[in-house]
Amino acid sequence: MSNLISKCPCMESQCDCCIQVFGACVEFENFLALDDVSFAISPGVLTGVVGPNGGGKSTLFNALVGLQPTAHGKILVNGLPPGNSKGRVSYVPQKEHVNWRFPLSVRDVVSLGKVSQGSLLNKLGLGVSSLVEESLRKVDMWDSREDLVSNLSGGERQRTFIARALTQEADILILDEAFSGVDISSQEGVLNVLRSLRDEGKTILMATHDLNTLADRFDDLLCLNRHVCAHGKPEVVFTEEVLVELYGSHGEMFAEHRIGQHAHVD
Amino acid sequence: MWIDLIVEPFQYKFMIRALIVCLAVGVMCPFLGAHVINREMGFMGDALAHSVMPGLVAAYAVGLTPMFGAIPLGITVALVIGYVVKRSNVSNDTAMGILFAGLFALGLVLLSLLGGSGINVEDILLGQVMGTSDMDVYVTITVTVLTLLLMILLYKQMIFVGFDFEGAVVAGLPASRIDYLLLVVLSIVIVVSLQVVGIILVVGMLITPAASASLIVKRFSHVISLGIGFGVISSVVGLYFSYYFNLPSGPAIALVSTAIFLMSFIVHGLKR
Repeated sequence: MSNLISKCPCMESQCDCCIQVFGACVEFENFLALDDVSFAISPGVLTGVVGPNGGGKSTLFNALVGLQPTAHGKILVNGLPPGNSKGRVSYVPQKEHVNWRFPLSVRDVVSLGKVSQGSLLNKLGLGVSSLVEESLRKVDMWDSREDLVSNLSGGERQRTFIARALTQEADILILDEAFSGVDISSQEGVLNVLRSLRDEGKTILMATHDLNTLADRFDDLLCLNRHVCAHGKPEVVFTEEVLVELYGSHGEMFAEHRIGQHAHVD
Repeated sequence: MWIDLIVEPFQYKFMIRALIVCLAVGVMCPFLGAHVINREMGFMGDALAHSVMPGLVAAYAVGLTPMFGAIPLGITVALVIGYVVKRSNVSNDTAMGILFAGLFALGLVLLSLLGGSGINVEDILLGQVMGTSDMDVYVTITVTVLTLLLMILLYKQMIFVGFDFEGAVVAGLPASRIDYLLLVVLSIVIVVSLQVVGIILVVGMLITPAASASLIVKRFSHVISLGIGFGVISSVVGLYFSYYFNLPSGPAIALVSTAIFLMSFIVHGLKR
């Protein structure tokens, strides 16, 4: 295993990649959800992870954050195995995995970001109000800080969770299906926030199965259908071969319609 | 005149003990209850209460304070339930139902075998707070102080884990351990509450005040504080009813808390 680690999957002799995945496999009861997945991501890049449902996007994210052990291979996040990040990674789960019943305000949720670390004062949720305010203003949720999260729209919920990641002072943000149930104009709002965070040097991975205007949205795309079909700049990645590999021959239709240019794709 | 009605019961030592225990339970149950209603753990609370029956009976039989038998059994059952919920393929309520029916039945059989050893089944099932001993009071006060300390120190952690388990794990919280801890605290609070409301009605004290509060206020912290207010009113007013009308304390208290719920429901309806 050690000889694997000598060289980053990005193939550069020297790199500062903050996410490195070496031949990762994840197995569920005789089914390979991830099959020999290798890639590396540099800091300050906004990466879209695309692929069909069941293609392993959520499994990959769970493995990256340490919720899902790998059967083979190795994953390093900031040079450490997943789950040892001590709060430097923040995870925005699919909305079905959050218990919206809890009557928490936007500010309550954002202040949770500081709970896992630091002094006793932080753990009690005291003495962090300036950081919480700064985070809320960055995602433009300061005016809604007293609203209950259960009453928010999809886009507002995403921005609230992003603010929680900022309060946590995470440098890697992982968002699973952040745009499901979010209307187009709100998607744009979330993306603007993500882009400005990317400009500050945050590394962001976001899963989506929505192929609309992908090229405009992300710096890089990682195409995943149980293995990595392609990884790189959107204009380079989206070839007909890759689309067929991702979505089957049906993908040709997308290729002919030139992904990234159309307002809607079924 | 009114003052006499209010003060009169407390010329008796047993009523002072009863009042202390009622206040403690009135505070603890809604605090835990706010988590219970938002995590949909009501059935789990009911199951825990029924499961400690053999512990109560066994402690009675050997002449111990019943809580000394029920607390260890409650903690064990809580850990088993927690494990089953996280690991098993059997659905949660099925697993809990099997455990709770089996242990409750074991308790009843034990009771029957010991027949006539001075245990009153009605007191176990419905609560009889006027029968609490000095030892019961000491245990109750200790448990209350520890529970409140823990729930306040881990206030944010408990919310994070209940609201977004995966996010909490990734943020570096020991989320599973916090879940287990909540279950253990819940089981201890339930055991302590049995003397007041009994096995059958403890779930009412756990859920009803917090649920009433959540109809009127919206923030989690406010649900806890108003729920504690409702819990204390229920247990103290119920205690008076129990004294003056010679009722078991459990039904008297549960009825008051249900009345508060109905009023909250009407207030909630009017506000909409």
